[in-house]
Amino acid sequence: MAYSDKVIDHYENPRNVGSFDKNDPSIATGMVGAPACGDVMKLQLKISDDGIIEDAKFKTYGCGSAIASSSLVTEWVKGKSIDEASQLKNTQIAEELALPPVKIHCSILAEDAIKAAISDYKKKREG
Amino acid sequence: MNHFELFDLPVSFAIDAAQLQARYRTLQQTLHPDRFANASERDKRMALQRTSQLNDAYQTLRQPLSRAEYLLELRGLTLQHEQQTLQDPEFLMAQMEWRERLEELDVVAELDAAFADLQQQTHAYQQELEQQLEAEQNEAAADTIRKLKFMHKLAAELELIEDKLNG
Repeated sequence: MAYSDKVIDHYENPRNVGSFDKNDPSIATGMVGAPACGDVMKLQLKISDDGIIEDAKFKTYGCGSAIASSSLVTEWVKGKSIDEASQLKNTQIAEELALPPVKIHCSILAEDAIKAAISDYKKKREG
Repeated sequence: MNHFELFDLPVSFAIDAAQLQARYRTLQQTLHPDRFANASERDKRMALQRTSQLNDAYQTLRQPLSRAEYLLELRGLTLQHEQQTLQDPEFLMAQMEWRERLEELDVVAELDAAFADLQQQTHAYQQELEQQLEAEQNEAAADTIRKLKFMHKLAAELELIEDKLNG
C-alpha cells in the first residue's frame, strides 16, 4: 500500500518524539492501543496553569500511519487550550494525511490519545 | 449450521483438537475433486465452494484466538473490524515496556528469555479467556481477546528480531 507524502514525511522525520516525566503535575499522559493491529501510542502534553498546551511529545510503536498520526497531533495541539484540543476529530487527521480506509483506526488512535491525556490531566487536577 | 456443528463438536471453547482434525479430513475427502470428475459443472462448483467454506471453518476453530472470537460472535458479540481503542493504562504501560525491551534486544540469550516471558504471559491470558468463556462473561472475554491480540503482535515482532539476529 502506498503511503501519502505527508505520512512519509512524518514517518521519516517524526516531530516531538520523546517523553516527559509523567509524575510532573503539569504533564498529562494518554495511553491508547489498537487491538486490530497491536499498535500502542503514548501522548504527553505539558499544560500551563491556564489550560494551554505548551508542549507535546509522543512515543508510538506501530505502522507508518500510526506514527504519522501521532506526530501530526503533537504539532496541532501545541498552543491550543485543552478545550480546543479535545475538539480535534480523527477525520481531520485522516484527511490531512490522506489515510486510506484500512488505516483510519490510526487516526482514531491519535484522537483517543488526546482525549485520554486530557482526562488524565483533569484527574490529576482534581486529585 | 455453525462451524462447531459442522465438525460435530460441542459449541464450546475447549475442543478436542484430534476430533476436529479427523472430522476435517473426512469432510475434505467427501468433497475431493476426484469424486466429482463425472459430475455436472454445477455440482463441481458447489463442491469447490463447500471446500472453501470447510477450510475457513477449520482454520477458525483450529486457532484458539479465532475460535474464541467466533464463539463470542455466536453469542452476539462481534469483535472483527472493530475500531475501538483499548484504554487500560496498566496493560498499555506493560506493552510499552515490552516494546522498549524488544528495541534493546541484541543477543540471542535475551531473545530466548523474551520468548519465554512472552509465552508465559500469553498462556496466562489464554487461561483467563477459557474461564471467562466458560462462565459466559462475554464482555470480559472480549477484553482478554483484545489483549491477546497485542501479545500476538509482540510475538510476531519477536520473530522478526530473531530473523534479523540469525541472519
